[in-house]
Amino acid sequence: MEEAPRSLAGVRHIVLILSGKGGVGKSSVTTQTALTLVNHGYNVGVLDIDLTGPSLPRMFGVEYKQVHQSTAGWVPVSVYSNANDPIVEGKKQRGSLSLMSLGFLLGDRNNSVVWRGPKKTAMIRQFLKDVVWTGGDGKTPLDYLLIDTPPGTSDEHIAIAEELRYAGPIDGAIIVTTPQQVATADVRKEINFCKKVNFNVLGVVENMSGFICPHCAECTNIFSSGGGQQLCESLDLTFLGNIPIDPTFVEMIESQDNEEIHGKKKLIHLYDDSELKPIMNSIIDKVLEKNLPSRI
Amino acid sequence: MAPSIEVSKTQLQAPEPEHCPGPESEQAGKDDACEGCPNQDICSSQLPKGPDPDLPHINKRLAQIDHKILVLSGKGGVGKSTFTSMLSWALAADEDIEVGAMDLDICGPSLPRMLGAEGESVHQSNSGLSPVYVADNLGLMSISFMLPDPDSAIIWRGAKKNGLIKQFLKDVNWGEHLDYLVVDTPPGTSDEHLSVTTYMKEVGIDGALIVTTPQEVALLDVRKEINFCRKAGIKILGLVENMSGFVCPNCKGESQIFKATTGGGKQLCKELDIKFLGSVPLDPRIGRACDSGECFFDSYADSPAATAILDVVDALRDQVELNMGKLSLS
Repeated sequence: MEEAPRSLAGVRHIVLILSGKGGVGKSSVTTQTALTLVNHGYNVGVLDIDLTGPSLPRMFGVEYKQVHQSTAGWVPVSVYSNANDPIVEGKKQRGSLSLMSLGFLLGDRNNSVVWRGPKKTAMIRQFLKDVVWTGGDGKTPLDYLLIDTPPGTSDEHIAIAEELRYAGPIDGAIIVTTPQQVATADVRKEINFCKKVNFNVLGVVENMSGFICPHCAECTNIFSSGGGQQLCESLDLTFLGNIPIDPTFVEMIESQDNEEIHGKKKLIHLYDDSELKPIMNSIIDKVLEKNLPSRI
Repeated sequence: MAPSIEVSKTQLQAPEPEHCPGPESEQAGKDDACEGCPNQDICSSQLPKGPDPDLPHINKRLAQIDHKILVLSGKGGVGKSTFTSMLSWALAADEDIEVGAMDLDICGPSLPRMLGAEGESVHQSNSGLSPVYVADNLGLMSISFMLPDPDSAIIWRGAKKNGLIKQFLKDVNWGEHLDYLVVDTPPGTSDEHLSVTTYMKEVGIDGALIVTTPQEVALLDVRKEINFCRKAGIKILGLVENMSGFVCPNCKGESQIFKATTGGGKQLCKELDIKFLGSVPLDPRIGRACDSGECFFDSYADSPAATAILDVVDALRDQVELNMGKLSLS
């Protein structure tokens, strides 16, 4: 039993996205982290273990895709493949991106998954055992596996911590918070959880910090400000950066399938024009700077 | 209650695995150790273990409460706790109404801070656990009153959370009579939701208030919650759309921060035949009032957000009291 789960055999780095609070933008941050890493040329896989509220299929615009079963196991849904990208001299080629979520296994999008803990634990165990993670062509290893989690510190979290226990060294966890105290109070609990299960905290991202009014360019701190920074100072953690509220990002996510607006452009191309891209780049650079060792 | 005789005679087709909860236990067939056990089908398909012996106690406690409202949302961070606190303040503004608020979000309790009761602790007496009173007629019960340190993480599996929820329902002494019990829930459709609905089913829940934000990513999870309510037979009192629109305090220009590309809460209500109770705009002052535990209505009674919330509360009360047949339908 003291072995890493089978599906992680070809995975170099594992990063968890955690937050004690719901709705702070874990899934948005996961999406953007994935896009940024792909832009850096890495092959990225995303595992969504928010079983009762899977949002990632929608975020990546692959809501109606299906997971395939191969002889090796479950093949995650491909969100972006670099196979058709032209190789430009001097420019780094993009990586590939694939996603696994319970959302793909539900028949109807209105359907609810009403599961108690043990069933959720079993599902997560199966995800870690049976999914085939590879970097695009089936042979190259996956550079980064991002794990998006539900809010709280409960069954899903215990299950993933147990499964990853012998899978070390894992890179650690990116903690997402919003600035208000109600949120940072829950996030403190999550950081305590990380300490207990020996997850390294890569740093804290403060999401939804400030909103720039499109009419007058005045910045309003809707959910107050500075909470993430304060949290990092008091707990001696790396502060990775602020992400402001950007309604155009939400709009981009929601309208990505609409060919009338965006033509044939994929999410990753749309993200090139987003104002959040440079902000996210500097956040990810801070994580990459840590130069954490590869698992394999 | 002793395990029934049929159960203990169960024929297992394979030896019991390590960590087996025992084929007679309540957890038989459902425990972690049961996953993959060849006996699982036998254990889980056994005759029901009979009613929970604690149910009569729960029923007795809850019988003193007139209206029980669940605040639900599949999505996190849409404002369930904020709305629960607003609803509690608004109801408690009427001195004749006794209100109780119960926080079932065990891993991330926020109500104590929002109602300004952080750092308090509950007292145990022989009549049960006493809630913390934030106003003369507003009591609050939350797990954070039982924690030694506000930062300690509660890393509990479902079964343990169920135990606490049961204790909250069974042992909290709300006083002789309570007009409203508002129950705040965590996001998702899991143990907490199943437990609270099963335990409260017999005495009856007035219904659920669904909170959402306008964007489709949130609505997607809310649809699941509505589906859960229908499966569990909970009446949906209505849906409120939170964080819809933001008015810049500088230029009064309005922006849709969480844009309703699919028509938002209103469209969802139409589609699923649910009553739409109203929408509440984003107001930075709500967040600030919640952080400091003040009553938002006391400080900013005239703000558009306060009016919007009070309208929703009125609509909700109409629904609840209508259900009870207190108002005649002429």
